[in-house]
Amino acid sequence: MSTGEKFVQMTIAIALFIGVVALVMFLADRVKSRRGEVLQTTAFVLPAVLMISFGLLYPMVRTIRESFRNAASTGYVGWDNYHKIVTSHDELAVLRNTAFWVIVTPIAATAIGLVYAVLVDRARFEKFAKALIFLPMAISLVGASLIWKFVYDYRATENPQIGLANQVLKWLGFDTYRFLLTEPWNTFFLIVIMIWVQAGFAMTVLSASIKSIPDDIVEAARLDGVAGIRMFRFITVPMIRPSLIVVLTTISITTLKVFDIVRTATGGNFNTSVLAYEFYVQSFRSFDTGLGAALAVLLFLLVTPIVIYNIRQMRKLEAR
Amino acid sequence: MTTTTPEVPLPALGKPVSKAENAHQKLSNKWASLAAVVIAVLWTIPTAGLLISSFRPQADVQNSGWWNFFTNPHVTLDNYRAVLHGSDTDLATYFVNSIVITLPSVLIPISIATMAAYAFAWMKFPGRDVLFVGVFAMQIVPIQVTMIPLLSIYANPPSYPGWVPTSFVDMVGFDHAGHIWPRLAGGDAPGGGFYTIWLSHSIFALPLAIYLLHNFMREIPGELIEAARVDGAGHVRIFTRIMLPLMAPAIAAFAIFQFLWVWNDLLVALVFGGGSLDISPLTVRLAELSGTRGQDWHLLAAGAFVSLIVPLIVFLGGQRYFVRGLLSGSVKG
Repeated sequence: MSTGEKFVQMTIAIALFIGVVALVMFLADRVKSRRGEVLQTTAFVLPAVLMISFGLLYPMVRTIRESFRNAASTGYVGWDNYHKIVTSHDELAVLRNTAFWVIVTPIAATAIGLVYAVLVDRARFEKFAKALIFLPMAISLVGASLIWKFVYDYRATENPQIGLANQVLKWLGFDTYRFLLTEPWNTFFLIVIMIWVQAGFAMTVLSASIKSIPDDIVEAARLDGVAGIRMFRFITVPMIRPSLIVVLTTISITTLKVFDIVRTATGGNFNTSVLAYEFYVQSFRSFDTGLGAALAVLLFLLVTPIVIYNIRQMRKLEAR
Repeated sequence: MTTTTPEVPLPALGKPVSKAENAHQKLSNKWASLAAVVIAVLWTIPTAGLLISSFRPQADVQNSGWWNFFTNPHVTLDNYRAVLHGSDTDLATYFVNSIVITLPSVLIPISIATMAAYAFAWMKFPGRDVLFVGVFAMQIVPIQVTMIPLLSIYANPPSYPGWVPTSFVDMVGFDHAGHIWPRLAGGDAPGGGFYTIWLSHSIFALPLAIYLLHNFMREIPGELIEAARVDGAGHVRIFTRIMLPLMAPAIAAFAIFQFLWVWNDLLVALVFGGGSLDISPLTVRLAELSGTRGQDWHLLAAGAFVSLIVPLIVFLGGQRYFVRGLLSGSVKG
């Protein structure tokens, strides 16, 4: 399709959508009385409910069913797919990597975000300083992966380096290092990318939370001679604990579903695959829909308790 | 979540510490300042390196580190020209695709979610609360879980059931296969296949959008609605005349989120775009270049910034709304 045709298609889609919504609204508004109420309610709720049922509820049920069927989905295989995930050497490596990601990323990103939020709080260039950390949140994980792939770029020690990380090693007198190829540390160098992206989120939420600590509490502590690290440890952290939990859990959820970084940086090679990426490979590369579905269901099962806990904490926070 | 600092009067116990003194105290701690600067530098340098590289000539980029730019400054726009219009990269086309994908994928879910949120907040109908909890609960479904079945429905829509007369099916069925609706995936699909991506993004956005907008809507005083009802205004009029203007900031916040989400998405475009480069966005193309042209850093650097510029502008322009949305929990996975 040419550029013009694409824009035409887009305009048609938007016009069609707006036209239908406007027409339904207009008709619903015309019909007065009791019947009108029912019509209006239907017009407002039904599109969303239909879309969610069609695009989330039904596929979810089918995926769960699919996960008990074979690769081509022609027969029932019981728990075989799940059994494979917890016994096959490759799949176990995937699970192990996923565990590294989910343990390291939230803790590191939250810690850095928290420390930074405290350090720049009420500093002279607070806004600017925050924007620096925050910007990675706006860009795609593909872009972030490219940025870091360039940092990690490898050339033999005797050659001029173009990757900053290896240049630093060289300046320090070490040999250059294949950051993305050397197992098992390559997974951690990928995790660095996610930490780099997520720290801004942690900082923003925690900074708002720190600012909402009542001044009199801080004053009282200060009069008692509390300052510096002890202020941080005994006043700041306990006061923002609910926000800390929300941040930690939110980042865990995002990290469990990480896909773009692994795909862009290493393509899942060199033992860096994670659950969400393995799902993609099995479903759309190896066309093993049974195993792919089982991986998706596993992801679902891992995410669910964290989401529930996260939402409960968030509601508590809102209620305050 | 409280985002504003309540103005608490300082207790008369001791000397109040002014903000300036406070900042001074903090900055005088040189280790603390050093740590802040180190973090800020670590967070900026990787991006700066790639940005600088995107403006350096190809030979420079491939033979020397970007830090040499400061001693040997050569600036060129060739990389951008090559990456945008070069026949083998042609990012301009993918840039268009990104726009074509993103606009409907923001507009459609937000309209539908705002309407649904209004209904859940202010309309009375049987089963409302159960339905709302159901919608809310759908947030836990990772999009991965939906992909295999969705893709198969898009490619192979359901056919009319057997009891429908054949003559009728022949008349209204699609694709000569008696499908209820046309195939949405594939080259000959309507809209060139964009519909699968638009629809998927719209669906995936709904649970969170409805939940957040519902929360905002509940904050609007009920007397306002009641008064309008007494004056004889129907729901449609209340929604369009009262709610939409009041909801503008919340809608803007979610619009920015959805925009960034869709523009930066890789997985949805990859799976539902069916690998057809005709409808792939920038992210898909960049990820592919990263694999096939992994050492052409002059192109990758320029390409990365072509894809980053739009979200950065949107982000900086709407930062106020974005932060607000973030604090009310608009984080999707």
